[in-house]
Amino acid sequence: MIYDYLFNLIGSEFLAGLICSFLPLFLFILPFALFAVWWERKISAHMQDRLGPMRTGWHGWLQTIADILKLLQKEDIIASDADKPLFNLAPVLVFTGSYAVFAAIPFSGAFIGANIDLGLFFIIAVSGLVVAGILMAGWSSNNKYSLLGAMRSAAQIISYEIPTMIVVVTIVMITGTLNLNTLTEMQTGYFWNWMIFGGPGFSAEKFLFIPFMVIGFVILYLSTLAEVNRTPFDIPEAESELVGGYHTEYSGMKFAMFFLSEYANMFAVSAIVAAVFFGGYQSPFGYLGNTLGVEGLIPFEQFFWFTAKGLFFIFVQMWLRWTLPRLRVDQLMALCWKYLIPISIVNLLIVGLITVL
Amino acid sequence: MQYFRNIFSSLSTVFIGMKVTFKHLFEPAVTIQYPDVRLTLPERERNRLYVNMDDCIGCDQCARACPVNCITIETVKSLPEEDLGKTSNGKKKVLWVTEFDIDFAKCCYCQLCVFPCPTECIYMTDVFEFSEFNRKDLNYSFITLKPEEVAQKKENFAKMEAEKTAKKLEAAKLAAEKKASEQQQTPKEN
Amino acid sequence: MSLTAEKIETKAALSTEEMVLNMGPQHPSTHGVLRLELLLEGEIIKKVTPHIGYLHRCFEKHAEVMSYPQVIPYTDRMDYLASMGNEFGYAIAVEKLLDLKIPERVEYIRVIMAELQRIASHLVALGTYGADLGAFTPFLFCFRDREKILSLFEMTCGARLLYNYIWVGGVSHDLHPDFIRLAKEFVHYFKPKVVELNDLLTNNQIFIERTANVGILPVDVAINYGITGPMLRGSGMKWDLRRNDPYSIYDKFDFDIPVGEGLVGTVGDSWDRYYVRILEMGESLKIIEQALEQIPEGDISSAIPKRVKPPVGEVYARVENPRGELGYYIISDGSVNPFRVKVRGPSFVNLGVMDELCRGLMVADVIAILGSIDIVLGEVDR
Repeated sequence: MIYDYLFNLIGSEFLAGLICSFLPLFLFILPFALFAVWWERKISAHMQDRLGPMRTGWHGWLQTIADILKLLQKEDIIASDADKPLFNLAPVLVFTGSYAVFAAIPFSGAFIGANIDLGLFFIIAVSGLVVAGILMAGWSSNNKYSLLGAMRSAAQIISYEIPTMIVVVTIVMITGTLNLNTLTEMQTGYFWNWMIFGGPGFSAEKFLFIPFMVIGFVILYLSTLAEVNRTPFDIPEAESELVGGYHTEYSGMKFAMFFLSEYANMFAVSAIVAAVFFGGYQSPFGYLGNTLGVEGLIPFEQFFWFTAKGLFFIFVQMWLRWTLPRLRVDQLMALCWKYLIPISIVNLLIVGLITVL
Repeated sequence: MQYFRNIFSSLSTVFIGMKVTFKHLFEPAVTIQYPDVRLTLPERERNRLYVNMDDCIGCDQCARACPVNCITIETVKSLPEEDLGKTSNGKKKVLWVTEFDIDFAKCCYCQLCVFPCPTECIYMTDVFEFSEFNRKDLNYSFITLKPEEVAQKKENFAKMEAEKTAKKLEAAKLAAEKKASEQQQTPKEN
Repeated sequence: MSLTAEKIETKAALSTEEMVLNMGPQHPSTHGVLRLELLLEGEIIKKVTPHIGYLHRCFEKHAEVMSYPQVIPYTDRMDYLASMGNEFGYAIAVEKLLDLKIPERVEYIRVIMAELQRIASHLVALGTYGADLGAFTPFLFCFRDREKILSLFEMTCGARLLYNYIWVGGVSHDLHPDFIRLAKEFVHYFKPKVVELNDLLTNNQIFIERTANVGILPVDVAINYGITGPMLRGSGMKWDLRRNDPYSIYDKFDFDIPVGEGLVGTVGDSWDRYYVRILEMGESLKIIEQALEQIPEGDISSAIPKRVKPPVGEVYARVENPRGELGYYIISDGSVNPFRVKVRGPSFVNLGVMDELCRGLMVADVIAILGSIDIVLGEVDR
């Protein structure tokens, strides 16, 4: 465990914990957000029969860095009627809310930011900071458009947290733990031990679970898609409807923070879906390290699998974005309250029944 | 029942759409990377005009055909003894063209000036990358005479005109004198 | 003192009882410089006032000082996405005044160009409609297909968007030797693309949710407002100038007039208008195929007059543009310049029904409706 290693090195529990929680942030997530932006542009371009960025570096991989450099140089415009403390605080809150969830996600067998027993609960709670940040951004911009966008976004995120929680409760009923590390460890072995195929072990129960797990996965995926404001649920930042929604008034580095936090959020959400349903960092076929006899290789392999699954779900998110048109606000709400919530509650009841019997 | 039909149709149409986009992920892009790779333009392409001054006879037809009045032509008659040569299709040139400006900021690239030209000296090329920083630089001048030559031609013309008017006046004076003397004689005869 | 005044002002500015929202001249979805003033109550619209005139370029005044052939580049620029249609209407009007007989080859060429232009214009309309609603991919697919049409035009007359091709009495250039072969290849290439577009956008449940039952235009309201074109056909009325008041040689071709039938929603909603445009593209392909088979040889410049000087008189000629009925009312006083050219722009008339359609709907629907009306500001303002 990296935490133990650092503790032995430094000796202070606090410092070891601090470095342990910051490591994913700087070493992985920030560079990942830059990569994700480039990847989205390339994927969207190839889906649309065009090329995307090609001139900055090989096939444009330096494009995001160029964009960040440009945003750093921009003037930080604050409207004179805007509420300055809130205006400045909003991007910080959104950024923090998106990044703090990474502390509870296991990146590999050897590394987890903070081994929290209430992992999933912590994640859902911290995501609520994002809502506060968005509302602050919309209100303090002193702009009708931003206010409308922020209200809609807040309503959307809060409503879609409910199906998420219900699916999480379903999982808890089967596995009995909220700790993501334990959850992932439960899914060792091969891919048929993953939750989506009914969970570990081999019993009649497992096969009964499969259709409900699939439904739960779809509901969880859609709800988390809505939480990160991606199309088809991207009303808050719809460019052609409200000229940018809650981040209309932001420029320069603050805008970059909103932007980066969106991609970090996407990865966080994909990682959670992967960890809960698809085995987190577990490999589907067993470990090369085991077959070769090199024990030290296993954590790296696990990290690789974790990243691969996260990237796959991000790819699906981007795929959906570039295929589907946008839902209107009331249709979004109808989807949540009339479709997702009843189905997830029914799912929960049936899974509960199966567990009891 | 409508409820489940809705769910089914949403999911199925979403998957059909996703299949289309996924297929396109593997098709080659239709973009060409412009400054490095350029398209060959068709032969009838209408971009910047070019005037071949050797063939221009200064007839002003193109300036009159232009709907936005972007061509300004000024000509000066040449002296009778000067030989300006012939155009490529045999017409003899008699006018010095002292100003032939086309303002490409105004030109609408409609090609109406190309058709009336009797010697086909004005035509559209395929040059389209001619942006300038200063708008005045888009006012192209096509004449081949130098400014001092232009001044000289105008002077020559002015002199010739002056001589002509002088001769006319003299001839008119002589004729008037002759007439006056004739009139004097005839009443005397009568 | 000042503090209370400020408080009252901000309360009024931020109150959500009745709000005036300005979708200003610069907006990604208004298809040009159109200012829509929305009077909102919460999310529901009570009144929409379009403000136009931001693109007025005095076409009709220009036409009075130009000679008849010189007006043609100006007619191009009115509805810049369907230029062939504009030139066609003007040429027909002046030829009526002059009582000219056009060679058959010219008629066929004009019809092929007009129908290709119809497909190109509808591709822009459909693509931008999808882009307004958030589906960015069909937009790029439509433009990729449109590029093929534009390169056909470029091969014929040298320009991609503003052609100056259809002249009074004929056309400016004969068809390029490769044109017929490439046009047939295009027709062959385009048919599966319409199927792909249907898969991606038309039948998509989310798109249907956004556009079905939104902006329902009853037939009698449409006729009263003077709506023409795909908007009228989307409301169920089978009225197409190519069939009901044939001009040029349209009576020689066999094609259908698609009408909105309310397949997913009510007759006359935005989805119907959209679907009528898709079907019309298919019909245009049919016309082009037939024309390419039947086109005769001939001299295209035999009827072009040296000087266009019509006798004193007036004429009204109309064509079916992709956006509706484009009419030219020309008064001639016997000189080389027209005395008056009045244009009946279809987008201008169609925009008038905006207020009626948007009552009681939400802000997001305004964009869906505006996209289905398919306006081009160049035509609205001239």
